[in-house]
Amino acid sequence: MARTINKRVLPGFGLSLGFTLVYLSLIVLIPLSAVFFKTASMTPEQFWQAVASPRVVASYKLTFGASLLAAAINAVFGLLLAWGLTRYTFPGRKIVDALIDLPFALPTAVAGIALTAIYAKNGWIGSLLEPFGIQIAFGPPGVLVALTFIGLPFVVRTVQPILEDLETEYEEAAASLGANRWQAFQRVVFPALFPALLTGFALAFARAVGEYGSVIFIAGNIPMVSEITPLIIITKLEQFDYKGATAVASVMLVISFFLLLIVNGLQAWTARRTGRTV
Amino acid sequence: MAGAVATLDARADTASKFEANPATRDSPWVKFVVIGLGVTYFVIFLLLPLVAVFAEAFRKGIETYFEALIEPDALSAIRLTLLAAALSVPLNLVFGVAAAWAIAKFQFPGKNLLITLIDLPFSVSPVVAGLIYMLVFGLQGWFGPWLRDHDIKIIFAVPGIVLATIFVTFPFIARELIPLMQSQGKDEEEAAISLGASGMQTFWRVTIPNVKWALLYGVILCNARAMGEFGAVSVVSGHIRGETNTMPLHVEILYNEYQFSAAFAVASLLALLALVTLLLKNYVEWRARHTVSEEIA
Repeated sequence: MARTINKRVLPGFGLSLGFTLVYLSLIVLIPLSAVFFKTASMTPEQFWQAVASPRVVASYKLTFGASLLAAAINAVFGLLLAWGLTRYTFPGRKIVDALIDLPFALPTAVAGIALTAIYAKNGWIGSLLEPFGIQIAFGPPGVLVALTFIGLPFVVRTVQPILEDLETEYEEAAASLGANRWQAFQRVVFPALFPALLTGFALAFARAVGEYGSVIFIAGNIPMVSEITPLIIITKLEQFDYKGATAVASVMLVISFFLLLIVNGLQAWTARRTGRTV
Repeated sequence: MAGAVATLDARADTASKFEANPATRDSPWVKFVVIGLGVTYFVIFLLLPLVAVFAEAFRKGIETYFEALIEPDALSAIRLTLLAAALSVPLNLVFGVAAAWAIAKFQFPGKNLLITLIDLPFSVSPVVAGLIYMLVFGLQGWFGPWLRDHDIKIIFAVPGIVLATIFVTFPFIARELIPLMQSQGKDEEEAAISLGASGMQTFWRVTIPNVKWALLYGVILCNARAMGEFGAVSVVSGHIRGETNTMPLHVEILYNEYQFSAAFAVASLLALLALVTLLLKNYVEWRARHTVSEEIA
């Protein structure tokens, strides 16, 4: 006690940190390290064959392309929704605000079959698009729809608090200097929102890259066409190709670590710019 | 998203403030277009799927609906889902509190790295989350042969499902508590200790009341994810009907067997869970705001 009496008045440091580290290691770090140990046991040729075969490369293109596009769509409409929810009063606003988080709360398998039901040929939206020869379900557009759904809350929820906190003075100053509303938005409001918008975009993208449950029902899962990378891992596992599955998983893990670092950097940037965390 | 309760300041109705001020008021047609586009997007991407779940569930009548729910395989799926949540939520709760206590109340090197590592499961694909437990406990994995010799089943059995669920819900409670407890500091606890309270008394009477809404918020989100997890659980489950099927996996099996009404009936329970989750979440946010503004006043 005498040793720490001035520094640590509160008890429980050793116990809480010890438990945290043990639990973190057992549940997360040690199992995750298994991916890299397993990958290290492969020869470079084996690894390359597993992660760079044409079918796997096609899945990367689809997964990253669709995730990027879905995150971009959500950046535009998420900003629009966040703006509408903070700046305007309209009937039903509270309900819209409360339901924005639905993709976080709704199990992905439920989202998957519901979206498939809507966008299939005989579905509510699918049947409207059918006469125009547009097919959403059971192809790459279905993947995009599912990834857009699950990424929807991120941009809204990162931009909304910044918009709420934004002092009116800046726009008042802009107006008094003769700026119209569009100029004030473009030069004053948007730069303040930009770090949060980018953070939301990165979060939505990172979530979409790993998504599985909502996509597999609506994608049709045609090899080379509408097969996402997480499904490749599942397929390899079902064929007992543990090494191949692990190799592809290691590629995905490296990309997720990289995205996590980017998101952390963006969050730090947002905090510096606006003085709050998102 | 981190620490939604922590960062939720008294969110007064800011919209009317912006609309009353000529410098921040948009022209009516801009308002009309923004709300029109935003709400259309909301309806197409969020509301329709939600409505579709219930519409499809009741398409063949109410009897088919309830038959799908009381069928033995469905009941066993519901039981397993409840079990997985009942084990993973308390474990992650204890972890979350311990991690937040260590991180918020003490200084030590590597703290930021630890916070990043706690968030790690969020950025790992659910499929990879399932795979890593296969690599540790599966037949070809590290402990596979040993487990087989001792007749212990983890993969394709309930323990694997629980482990995968713990992994995907790992950060939920910790990431709500850490930012809040960091912002609260340790003055109140130190005051309690210096007035003669024991460590336990301080924890239960000072710390927990201060963070109860964030704690509840984390538990609600953690529970929703635990009950709804699909990808990670799918990898380690083995899909044995009546034994290792959770509700989301049961939905998948029914759907793939073209029993659409039954699939949507079970899915509607999960959708109800999601709605209850959102309702509770909004209530907790409202209470948290209320408490904050009371304290300020």
